[in-house]
Amino acid sequence: MPTFNDILILLPEFYLVAAACLLLLLDAFMKPAQRPLLHWISIAVLLVAIYLVVAGQPPQAVTAFGGMFVRDDVAEILKVFALGTTAMVFVYARPYLTDRKLVSGEFYTLMIFAVLGIMLLVSAGNLVTVYLGLELLSLSSYALVALNRDAKLPPEAAIKYFVLGALASGMLLYGMSMVYGASGMGGTPTLDLAQLHNVMSYTTAPTLLLFGLVFMVVGIGFKLGAAPFHMWIPDVYQGAPTPVTTFIASGSKLAAFGMAYRLLDAGMGDLSQHWHLMLAVLAVISLAIGNLVAIVQTNLKRMLAYSTISHMGYLLLGLAAAGPEGYAAAMFYAICYALMGVAAFGVMLALTRAGFECEEIADLKGLNQKSPWMAFLMLLAMFSLAGVPPLFGFWAKVLVLEAAIHANMLWLAIVGIVFAIIGLYYYLYVVKVMYFDKPVEGGALQAQPDQPLRVVLSLNALSLLALGLYWGPLLAWCRHAFGL
Amino acid sequence: MNPQLLQLICFYAFGFVTVAAALSVITLKNSVHAVLALVLTFFSAACLWLLLEAEFLALALIVVYVGAVMVLFLFVVMMLDIDQEKLREGFVKFLPVGLIVAAVMLVEMLGLIGVRAMQTKIMGADPALAAGMTNNTEWLGHALYTKFLLPFEIAALILTVGIVAAVALTLRERRDARHESASQQVKVNPRDRVRIVKMAPVRPDESTASQEPQP
Repeated sequence: MPTFNDILILLPEFYLVAAACLLLLLDAFMKPAQRPLLHWISIAVLLVAIYLVVAGQPPQAVTAFGGMFVRDDVAEILKVFALGTTAMVFVYARPYLTDRKLVSGEFYTLMIFAVLGIMLLVSAGNLVTVYLGLELLSLSSYALVALNRDAKLPPEAAIKYFVLGALASGMLLYGMSMVYGASGMGGTPTLDLAQLHNVMSYTTAPTLLLFGLVFMVVGIGFKLGAAPFHMWIPDVYQGAPTPVTTFIASGSKLAAFGMAYRLLDAGMGDLSQHWHLMLAVLAVISLAIGNLVAIVQTNLKRMLAYSTISHMGYLLLGLAAAGPEGYAAAMFYAICYALMGVAAFGVMLALTRAGFECEEIADLKGLNQKSPWMAFLMLLAMFSLAGVPPLFGFWAKVLVLEAAIHANMLWLAIVGIVFAIIGLYYYLYVVKVMYFDKPVEGGALQAQPDQPLRVVLSLNALSLLALGLYWGPLLAWCRHAFGL
Repeated sequence: MNPQLLQLICFYAFGFVTVAAALSVITLKNSVHAVLALVLTFFSAACLWLLLEAEFLALALIVVYVGAVMVLFLFVVMMLDIDQEKLREGFVKFLPVGLIVAAVMLVEMLGLIGVRAMQTKIMGADPALAAGMTNNTEWLGHALYTKFLLPFEIAALILTVGIVAAVALTLRERRDARHESASQQVKVNPRDRVRIVKMAPVRPDESTASQEPQP
């Protein structure tokens, strides 16, 4: 039976459920003139959740509800950054939503439910909790993508996302059922990830287990957006309202890393010699497709979508190393990517205005002459994404490559370096357009830049530089989480 | 007759019907027929669950899916007006590829599961009997509210998100829609709406005559 202690362990999650329900009620009873207040309440809700996660963190990993929920340092770090980036998305989203008359309680509530899905997913200790957390996140995301219903692209993107997401969930569930079946042959059937860890040693159906593993890796690949399961990424990134794209590019990636870690290491750790090669193949294909196709894109959102695919390749490089060092590097990379993605999309959000979407790379022409500060922030984001030395993105890349080399996968590291150099081209092209092209009439720049957005965005982009110069504590935190 | 053998025969019979019905869902030209085939798929899947001694789940599948969801589905499909022939274009062209993929997957699955493995009982002892309970439903209820309490609550949250999303996506102010505003209707004053104009009385024949052009 659940005890009071179980509830204390899940306090941040329970708090967030209560807050989301309260926001729904507030939205229903508020006068339209008071609606803007919801924005600040939602941000406060997320900040309090961060406090609860950090303050209530137990010194050692604990489980609740009979192993269904695990609260350890890995979950803590991922939760803090997922909540933090979502709060940033809220700040960046306000001018965009106000201009397009999309400000509604549903946007904030669905976002909070999505974050809740992330928190449950990264803390999952059981196949059932993994699946349900993932569905909570995915369902909220589908609805968020379709929120701007009157435009042409969002409904199309939402349908594509929904159909492919449902397919991926089906694959994952099918794989889980096989793993469950294999655990029942030769022992008691179990869904608990900790008990599944050594299933390989006693099961009488190892082929069934491996088959289930393949299906689960396919599901993980879909959720990460790794090639060849990347088909939904460009269309969803382009079609979704930009704030939602920002969320999918940041919080969802942290969740996908958490899910991969829970399923593969906690659940299938004994089979690492089987899955690390699968991940390596996914990594190589993602690096190739992401970097090569990004070169020919003219739409900035689509280009960043392909860039995501290549970054997921680097993340998989760390996971494929299949050891604490690799996981720490991959988590460091996921955090780094989330911060860079939020910054890059944040500049795009700062440059849009009513009736004008800053989407094409050509829209940035001559940005330096119109707004040197915005151009500089975008430059930081692009250089960090490309992995130019003093910035955050560089160290993240170095760490995953190092982890791959230590795991005796030198070839994989070489492939990673080659594609990092190819990838430089399209990031630098954006910088060239901003600094060396002549500005065009009616290009990007907001008439009245939103003050909170400017401040938070500046801090966000400058943190890429600051963390690039002083990345030790964050890395130490990540390594500590994996017992290094 | 050996009960084990009877069970095996039943399993293959229901399994065959399930697969055949699922295939006809995606191959039948008429969408109403396809929905009916889907009903059959669910029904035979429920029979398979009965064989596995999951009586409650089997009945829930029939009551919820066949009884409620599929009937709703049938309503929707009957109301759609789709040009069936257009949907089928290109089907023959892609059929060989699809068939090859399907055949390969089938062979893999059969090799994986192994027909012989079916003869032994896959799962361990019946959890209901092991827990000292008389039937499956009792055990399911007990497990849902103790061991699986957290997943149960998360599932409730997912349903909440479904409602919120449905409301957010469908309930909206349309600019081209016409609404009645009761409060404005009550507040309206007859003097604002109807204006009584005083006119001098005119005889009809006089007015028509005056409009005719003068010769």
